[in-house]
Amino acid sequence: MSATALPTLSVKELTTDQEVRWCPGCGDYSILAQMKKALANVGVPREKMVFVSGIGCSSRFPYYMNTYGFHTIHGRAPTVATGLRLANPDLQIWVVTGDGDGLSIGGNHLLHVLRRNIDLKILLFNNEIYGLTKGQYSPTSRTGTPSKTSKTGSLETPIRPLTIAIASEATFVARTVDVDVKHLTETLQKAAAHKGAAFVEIYQNCKIFNDEVWAYATDKSVKADNLLYVEHGKPMVFGKDRNKGIRLNGLKPEVVEIGKDCGLDDVLVHDETTEDPTLATLLSRMVGPKFPEVVGVFRSFRKPCYEELLDKQIADITAKKGKGVVADLFKAEDVWTVE
Amino acid sequence: MASLTAPAGAAPASSAAASRNGTHTVQEVESITIRFCGDSGDGMQLAGTRFTDTAAILGNDIATFPDFPAEIRAPAGTLAGVSGFQVHFSSNDIHTPGDVLDALVVMNPAALKTNLRDLKKGGILIVNTDAFAQNDLDKAKYKSNPLEDGSLAGYHVVRVAVSKLNKEAVRECGLSPREQDRCKNFFALGLVYWLYERPLEATIKWLKDKFGKKPDHKPVLDANTAALKAGYNYGETVELLPVQYKVAKAKIPPGQYRKITGNEAIAIGLVAASHAANKQLVYSGYPITPASSVLEDLSQPEMRRHGVKTLQAEDEIAAIGVALGASFGGAIGVTGTSGPGICLKSEAINLAVMTELPLVILDVQRGGPSTGLPTKTEQADLLQAMFGRNGESPVAILAPQSPVDCFDITYEAVKIATRFMCPVFVLSDGYIANGSEPWKIPDVAKLPKIEIIHATKPNADSANGAVHEHGEGEGGGAGKFLPYKRDEYLSRPWAIPGTPGLEHRIGGIEKQDVTGNINYEPANHEHMVHTRWKKIENIALTIPDLDVIGDGDADLLVIGWGGTYGSITTAVDRVRKSGKKVAQAHLRYLNPMPKNTEAVLKRFKKILVPELNSGQLCWLLRAKYLAPAEGYNKVQGRPFLVSEIETAIANML
Repeated sequence: MSATALPTLSVKELTTDQEVRWCPGCGDYSILAQMKKALANVGVPREKMVFVSGIGCSSRFPYYMNTYGFHTIHGRAPTVATGLRLANPDLQIWVVTGDGDGLSIGGNHLLHVLRRNIDLKILLFNNEIYGLTKGQYSPTSRTGTPSKTSKTGSLETPIRPLTIAIASEATFVARTVDVDVKHLTETLQKAAAHKGAAFVEIYQNCKIFNDEVWAYATDKSVKADNLLYVEHGKPMVFGKDRNKGIRLNGLKPEVVEIGKDCGLDDVLVHDETTEDPTLATLLSRMVGPKFPEVVGVFRSFRKPCYEELLDKQIADITAKKGKGVVADLFKAEDVWTVE
Repeated sequence: MASLTAPAGAAPASSAAASRNGTHTVQEVESITIRFCGDSGDGMQLAGTRFTDTAAILGNDIATFPDFPAEIRAPAGTLAGVSGFQVHFSSNDIHTPGDVLDALVVMNPAALKTNLRDLKKGGILIVNTDAFAQNDLDKAKYKSNPLEDGSLAGYHVVRVAVSKLNKEAVRECGLSPREQDRCKNFFALGLVYWLYERPLEATIKWLKDKFGKKPDHKPVLDANTAALKAGYNYGETVELLPVQYKVAKAKIPPGQYRKITGNEAIAIGLVAASHAANKQLVYSGYPITPASSVLEDLSQPEMRRHGVKTLQAEDEIAAIGVALGASFGGAIGVTGTSGPGICLKSEAINLAVMTELPLVILDVQRGGPSTGLPTKTEQADLLQAMFGRNGESPVAILAPQSPVDCFDITYEAVKIATRFMCPVFVLSDGYIANGSEPWKIPDVAKLPKIEIIHATKPNADSANGAVHEHGEGEGGGAGKFLPYKRDEYLSRPWAIPGTPGLEHRIGGIEKQDVTGNINYEPANHEHMVHTRWKKIENIALTIPDLDVIGDGDADLLVIGWGGTYGSITTAVDRVRKSGKKVAQAHLRYLNPMPKNTEAVLKRFKKILVPELNSGQLCWLLRAKYLAPAEGYNKVQGRPFLVSEIETAIANML
């Protein structure tokens, strides 16, 4: 990307006059701030950015971005964003959703928007709770989570958002953390640069109804041991002393101590470009405390988007047979003339 | 098709006796109604369609009614598996596929059992005798063989061993026995062509166009052609009936014509409107009977040349979401479905109401509630379209009155949606969706213009740039874009993402008028609820008045809507021909209704509202206008017979 000719924006230019109404201490504030920083330098003018959301705390996001925005209905943002993309190939479209909006009521749409590879950047703010409805368990809540509708603990197995995204053939899959501002900004910029359906899970803290649920991933004293930052082409090394790694034992990953259990050469090396979903799926299923949880880009590759293929069909037949005119529509197998 | 003359299926108009070989005559009749029916695998829809095309090409007026089961292939020979195709062709202007059959072709006992009641006494009954073995009779639950027990005495029964004769005819063509048997619909078609003195050329040409291009299709082409000719020749050789019937050309306004079904007309209407508006059409649907063929038609390669974009969505909700998103992006967003799909789309329709974006919603109505009668027709979604959402949710509602009218109504729906920035329902139904009639191909230059003006620059001035009277909050000041600042019809500006300086946010939360900011103020909410209604009511300022046809000074007005137009019109005409006075009006605009509707209703002492539901328009007319409307209702999944409405009218006079 050449930096000179492209427009840059200030954070102020991206800020609306609307009062931000999230609770004090909400992780969404950090995401909003990093989003503005990230977008200031992606080279896209403000009028070509659109934020589309569903319902929930995260879905208020469009009101705070001085771009085009559409606050739709519960779970349906991917569908509206798909239509917008079909109508206009020239926009950068962000979909902002949450664990309830995106994986429960809108779960079906998420599968299909990803497999169609519609060029959208989908951000799932995962706080493992329903916030706007004041504290019911969500499809990502861990088994046993006490909440207003699971006083004695949730009975359900949680969804792993990234496993779903990979199984749905998403061409860009990443995870980041609300308060890791540098990583968050970089991840948003990578998503912005991706052509195709990009899916980013953001660990996001709900101060009021599920506080500290991500403490193991944000507390400076422990996070180095609990998170594995993956980078393309680099070995999967983590830990406060950078001495732990992930090794494959048959089809199972295992945590090893480098220098004791094995050498650095035995540690898995990350490949985000492969279309094969095996490695990314394996990483998406690593859950603490047994494993470090993976942050970074799980996979990123180019594949034609639905709208590109559709445009190509239109271009091909138009090149071959010419642009349709109204009179063509009225033709039929049999046309007869009455004198 | 303006005026009517004689009843459908009338008796011979003249008996011109052009004797063929001295032993039988040719009788000229005005109209004939014929039905082909058999098992759903017997190819009856195809035989009926070919017969219709030939009639149309010969210059008859036509109307058709396909009737098929929801099951794709119910067990062969059973009552559930019977599929029928009815054609009414005439030398006069007709509006319905006919009440009673002049001739009925039955390919098996099940078809006979389920269709005989519609054949007129003395009518021609052509029976495939090869399908009347004990096993076939058992499947149709016949205790005795109707061909032998005298129960068909009142009809002119023509017994033909269709299966055997067909096999003889196609034996040399190189098809498997099973494939040979599948040509028997063309044998039956040939037979009927003989009966009505119809030439075979158009059908043979169709076969050549369809199967003549690939060498491996040659056996199919040869066999069907042979079966068709054999059927015709058999009729001629054995002089199947002493009389052949002839239907002369209709007096139809000059021009180029084609045959069209309602769903075809909708697809074409949408694309024509997108051309007129110079806009891209984005259509998203989820397969559902009887609306699927619109999505199928619009996804054809030919439609891609018109820039049409389609998406077969994962569900009904996604389909409308895609359409609405496309509208937000500046395209013509359209979604189509039937009643069950409308239930699922309700929340998104309200989002369109709230965000005031253009959206066309096609509902090809079928029998409900729930899954109901998927392949049968009904008009029972009117009140759902009108009220079936949370909150106060005004939308425009239009309803085509015939297959041909589907073109005009759909075109008009696009025009209204984009002019008034609102969702517009098109309430078609299964009857006109699948039924066909001749369509005079319109002159492209005479199609109405659709002018769309997008916002291109900020619209705030100092007067409304500050605080708005209906709520607090920032107005913006001059130089800002106000997405809910309204024009003379109360329509808001349509600013497309990508336009510099007009960045704005919309959504389903209540908006402050003018600024579009989120607003929960009591007075603003009430103002917005009223404004959304008023905007829809303003559509009445741009639509034609309700016409009264027939006797303006009659005591009785018959008023209907949608696909019942043909039956009502024919019935009213017959009653008037019998010397009684009656007036008719038909609503194509259901919300808002034409502005003279109340005045029209007030002119008549009695009002009859025939509907294929339990009285939904009747309910609306009584509620809105305190009109003394009385319903005539039928909810059987079948269209009205003309005679039923005639009787209902007679009972009111």
